[in-house]
This record gives sequence, structure tokens and C-alpha cells, in this order.
Amino acid sequence: MSSAITNILLVGVGGQGILLASEILSEAFMLAGYDVKKSEIHGMSQRGGSVVSHVRFGTQVFSPVVPEGEGDIMFGFELLETSRYLSLLRPGATVVVNDFKILPPAVLLGQAVYPEGLADSIRTAFPDTLLVDGQRLAIEAGDLRAANTALLGAVSKRLAITDDIWRQALEKMVPRKALEINLMAFQMGRDLKG
Amino acid sequence: MTNKEILSGNEAFARGAHEAGVRVASAYPGTPSTEILENIVRYPEIDASWAPNEKVALEVAIGASFGGGRALACMKHVGVNVAADPLFTLSYTGVGGGLALIVADDPEMHSSQDEQDSRNYARFAKVPMLEPADSQECLDFTRLAFELSEQFDTPVMLRSCTRISHGKSIVQPGEPVSGLPEPKLVKNPAKLVMLPGNARVRHPLVEERTVKLSQYGDTAAINSMELRSTEIGIICAGVTWQYVREALPEASTLKLGMVWPLPEKLIRDFAAKIKRLFVVEELDPFIEEQVKAMGIAVTGKEIISRCGELSPGRIREAFSKIGLAEAIHELPLQQTMSLPPRPPNMCPGCPHRGVFYELNRLKAYVTGDIGCYTLGFMPPLNAMDTCVCMGASISNASGIVRVLPPEEQRKVVAVIGDSTFLHTGINSLMEMAWNKSPATVIILDNRITAMTGRQENPASGFTLNSDVAPEVNIPELCRTLGIRYVQVLDPYDLEATHAALQEEMNRPEPSVLITNRPCCLIKGADRFEKGAVLEVDQGNCTGCKACLRIGCPAIEWKPDSENKKGKAFIDANLCTGCTVCQQLCKFNAIGRKK
Ligand SMILES: Cc1ncc(C[n+]2csc(CCOP(=O)(O)OP(=O)(O)O)c2C)c(N)n1
Repeated sequence: MSSAITNILLVGVGGQGILLASEILSEAFMLAGYDVKKSEIHGMSQRGGSVVSHVRFGTQVFSPVVPEGEGDIMFGFELLETSRYLSLLRPGATVVVNDFKILPPAVLLGQAVYPEGLADSIRTAFPDTLLVDGQRLAIEAGDLRAANTALLGAVSKRLAITDDIWRQALEKMVPRKALEINLMAFQMGRDLKG
Repeated sequence: MTNKEILSGNEAFARGAHEAGVRVASAYPGTPSTEILENIVRYPEIDASWAPNEKVALEVAIGASFGGGRALACMKHVGVNVAADPLFTLSYTGVGGGLALIVADDPEMHSSQDEQDSRNYARFAKVPMLEPADSQECLDFTRLAFELSEQFDTPVMLRSCTRISHGKSIVQPGEPVSGLPEPKLVKNPAKLVMLPGNARVRHPLVEERTVKLSQYGDTAAINSMELRSTEIGIICAGVTWQYVREALPEASTLKLGMVWPLPEKLIRDFAAKIKRLFVVEELDPFIEEQVKAMGIAVTGKEIISRCGELSPGRIREAFSKIGLAEAIHELPLQQTMSLPPRPPNMCPGCPHRGVFYELNRLKAYVTGDIGCYTLGFMPPLNAMDTCVCMGASISNASGIVRVLPPEEQRKVVAVIGDSTFLHTGINSLMEMAWNKSPATVIILDNRITAMTGRQENPASGFTLNSDVAPEVNIPELCRTLGIRYVQVLDPYDLEATHAALQEEMNRPEPSVLITNRPCCLIKGADRFEKGAVLEVDQGNCTGCKACLRIGCPAIEWKPDSENKKGKAFIDANLCTGCTVCQQLCKFNAIGRKK
């Protein structure tokens, strides 16, 4: 029933630019002629809490939230948060994950450890996993804050959307003065192998 | 014609207000409703402003409506508790220009203290309520709300929820209405002065209005019957309709755009066509009980929870348990590892942090309130003992000391933010001063309404439109209310904070402490300024962990393999130079980054 719908989940930590990335994605799908719905919780999440954004596109989308176990693509901004929400994915889903850790409070306080080997365990559960160094790409593009668009570039290869539409979506959603760096970061992500 | 856009429900409500010719919009922030007013700002013809609380917001809108202009008030679900008084009487007076009240519920309590179902308010206040199912309907129903308001002489409530307000979908904007009458003063005291004699005349009209609205609903396009398989028929509304369509695509649906009053005839028609009738609704059995009262057999809360949000998955599971849907396949991945949680935290440099650290050290009993500072409840600060609703901290403190022996009275400290103090805390402080309750109050004045995304408030010096505005002088206000001991203090200075707290806690008289550091997320002249970034001198750090006791996200503890004690590190990208951690270090290990 939902086979005609593609379900994307963006997960990470408040402040990582997840909302902007999901806005750009939604804009691109609309420009490509799809029905799009998007949903996320922003409230407490601004204060360094975990964030999940749902983006769904297809010919007709009803629910704004991705049904559990039906996620097609996970776009993870942080390793721990990506691991936390894997159960939202269907078997064989694609994972594009930032090779990046943000330590949660209990770990900062030395009361818990940040689990080792998360990238490997994600890949074991979902063989189609691409590990991206978003931070490095962003620094190369000229601004650490463009890590979200670099990752989006890497995700973009998994989606049948043309260069031209991505460009239009970025131009519309990214503030003018940051546009050039973000376009570059996006392209670097898009050019990654794998 | 304007192009299609992807809009959030809140953006679409704002667009709808613009298209409907709204003149005045007033609101108090509250997740998930806040962005409605923040987006209305882009339509300069609308006079939009924050009010100090929801009651005032609704009353401002009522005034504008009485003057003949279309008016909008917006709030979160619990805001209606505060605004309930004017709402109920407004139902009797009716309107001049159309009036809509948008209320955003929060099933699942993503950012709320309860999940009350505001549909009950519509029935209780006898006011019609529309419930949009996506952003397009947020826009369309807002326009319709103003038409119905004027046609039926009633305020109209629009009910949203987190998934509608913060969800985005494609919207086709329309042209603004034209030709609305110019506002002017019209005297009509028999209708607008609600004394018993007049109200007795109005009440029967309200009852008649409800009957007419129900009849309107029988044929209105916003209530739509969609027949598919007649085995199962489901009455639903709002975002739940979307979930139902996804979970049970074959089922027939009666989608209600107006959830109060219900269209009785239409419901009977639908029931007659269907073998098994269900109501699927989030929270209370609001529709279900009314359908049952019509004498129609229906299943609802027997299979659907009264708590939390619904989702396509939850609905499919409920129907699969009674054999009416396929069971959900096993989820591919069961989490085997236990992952450390990531709760929200106060920001690095947050001026609230040091105050809670000292409250904890002083073993205070803290009656708390709602705002970013409610996070002072979390470890390692652990310094909040109660939190009921906005403004309650001060009055709860005032009440609790009355049952305690003097040595315990001293421990009671109320903690409240500036926006919350101005919302309803003022009344409580008036009571505390008047009745001489010997408790201490701390007003955490960070010069903004931070929790909901940094909205201006009456003491912040700016309006919604960023115009410069008079600032409430909070210390003078407290003195005027009758508090004799009012001190302003720097919350980044731990020693001074500790001393002031101790002094005021020991005083057998009401007193107020006011902090003076702005929220570190507000930028601009006269507001937050970053200090020099700090670092830990690894040679001096003894690994005593004193700096970890404030729970700052910029400080990381790294265990050391050779010497098990480990050391602290400061993340230079996060540190704002507030120096609170530096003051905790007895070994001079924290200093300016070189
Ligand atoms: C009646 C009601 N209206 C609105 C809200 C949403 N809300 C929660 S806290 C808050 C204000 C917080 O501002 P402030 O007291 O200044 O504290 P800060 O977050 O800045 O520390 C608001 C508007 C609510 N919980 N209850």
C-alpha cells in the first residue's frame, strides 16, 4: 500500500541543521512534482535533545509520520542517534550516516560510555550503509556549519532528483550569504563514491 | 494565482488569517502553536502582537471583534485553561467581526505538562470547532472559520495538534477576501453587557445556534463521507483521518471537519451504510460518546488508547487484534544494546545553571515553574521539587510554608522565569506579599521567553515586530506589590548567589531575588555577550570532577587509562566563557584559552 511512497528519516541532535536539511529535501520533492509531507518534533529538541524528522513523498501521501518499520532511507547526522532509531527502518533500507559523535550528558559526566563500533553494527543490520565524514567535507567547503548540506549531497545520490532541482531547492532554502559554501558542500557530498 | 508552497500547519494558519482579512491577532507563545503569530508578522496589514498571557490575548481579540474587525487568538491547549473565562462568556455575546481561536493540542506531550483534549472546551463553551487534517485545510478552515463566525454570530475554535502545526504539506494559497465592512463603534449593550438579565436572553440563542450548526454540518463540504468497503466504516477527524487512510485503505470513512457540534443526520446516514462502525480518535472518546448517545452501536476506546498519539502503526495494530487488519510484520531490528539517552539540557553558558547548583547545595525545597529552567530538575543539578503550571511556583511556595514548621519554611524557594512571572506569577507574588508568606522567590530574568524559541515579553524591551517597547521594571514591580526585600544578582557569580540565597532563605519574610544575565541564545546590542573561552590545564587538573557537577554540555570527562582518575576537557566550540566551572575548580586548572 505504501510501496508508492518513499519514507525518509533524518535523525541527530538538536542544533545539527536537521530541520534545514529536511526542508531542502521536501522542497526538492515538491519541485519534482511529488506529493510531500514532513513532520518533526521541535520544542524540547532545541536544547541538545535527540531529533527525528520524517519526510515522505510519492503520488499521494496521507500520514505525515513514517509508520514504524517502513523507513526506506535513514539520514543520520550522528552515530548514536542513528542507532537509536534503526527500528523505524524496513529490512534492507539504506543508511547514510555521518561519522560523528556528540556525547550525551551521562557520557560527558563519565557515568556511561559512548558505545563502540556503532558504524559496524549499523552496517551489519543494514548492508547498504554509507559512512560519510560530513564534518571534514564541510571544513573543506569552507564552513563547519555546512556539514548538513554535505550529508544531504551524499543522500541525494540515492534519490531520483535532478541536479537542477537540487540546486533550485538549495537556492530557495539556504540563506543568501551561506549559499555558495552550501552548494559546494552539497556537491562534495554528491560526488562521494559508494 | 500564487504558486504552490510547502507550508507547516502554523504557516498555513497564518496565511489563512491573511486571506481572511484578519485585522488583529494576539497570542501567548506555547508549543506547538507559537509559529502561527511568528508567521503572521509577514503580513503587515495585520496588527499582530504577543500578550502577557492567553486570557489577555483572547480579550484583545474579543475587543477587536467587538470593534467590527476580524480577530484571531492563538494558544496551546493549556492556554485555553487560562483563557477559559472570557471564552465562555464570548460564546454568549457572540461577535462583531469574525473571531477565531486556534488551539494546538499536544497528544503524546512532546512539550507539555498534560495532554488535555480541547474538543471538550468546544462543547463546554458551546462554540463550534473545526479540525484540519493537513496544511491546506489549516488555510481553508481558517477562512471558513471567519465566515461561520459571522454567519452564526459565534466565536469559532480551530483545533490543531503537534503533527498538524509542525507538519508540512503542499498548499495552494488563494486570494485574500475583499469588501469586508470597515470597523467602527456600534453600541449594543443588550448583546455585549453580560449581566444576568442580558445573559438570560442570550443563552437560549446559544442553544439554538448549536442546533443550527449541527444541521449545517449535515451538508457542509468539510464533513465528507467516503464510501469504500462497507464492511468497516470509521468516523475520524484531523490528522487521525490521515493515519486511518494509510492503515486501513479499504475502510469507508466519515471525515469530520467540524468536530463540534456533530452532524447527527450525516452520522446516522453513514452508520446505516456500514456493517461495523468505529470511531478512531486521539485522546478522549469525544465523538464516540456522542455517537453512542445517539443510540448507534459503535466501537472506539475498546480498541484505541486514550493516551498518547495515534499513528498508522498503532491503528493497524488495534484492528489486527480484532482480526480486521493484517498483523504488522516483525520489526527488522530489535535494539539489543542499551544506548545512553539524550535528554534536553540547558545550553552551555545558560544563566540558570549556577542558580540550581547553589539551590542544590543549600538543600532548598524548590517549587518550580515552566520554562527552560524546569530542566534544573535533571541530574546532576536535581534542584526542583514541584512544577504544576505557569505561575504556580510562587503560590505553591506561599501555600506550602503555611503548613510547615519554621525550620522547614526556610528551605522553600520558588523559581520562576521572567515570562512566566509576567504571565501569571504577578498575581501569585501579590498574594505572597499580601499574606506575608515567609518564602523566597527567584525570578530568573533572562530577558526572553526562551523555552518556546525566544519570544519577546513585556520586560524584554521589544514587541513581536521587534519594535522598541517600554520594559516592565521587575524589581520595582516586586517592591510595588509589597515585597520589602528585593535584590538583583549576577547568576554567574556563584559565591554572591549562594550568599544572597542563604540570606533570603533565612529571612522570615517574603523576599525576591532577580538574576540579571540574558539568555545566551539572544544576540544583539545590550543582550548576550560571549566571554573568553576557557580551557582545562591538564597539568593542574586533578580529576576531582567538581566541574562536572553543573552538567555543562561543554565539559567532557575523559577517563585516563594509566591513572584511573581521568581529566576534564572543555569544548572550545561550545564554551561561552560564563566562568561558572572555573569558580568550582579548587586547583586553578580552568583558565582562559591560550
Ligand atoms: C498556560 C501555558 N501557556 C504557555 C505555555 C508554554 N510555555 C512553557 S514555558 C513558557 C515560558 C518560558 O519563559 P520564561 O518563564 O521566561 O523562562 P525561560 O524559558 O526563558 O527560562 C511558555 C510560554 C505553558 N506551558 N502553559
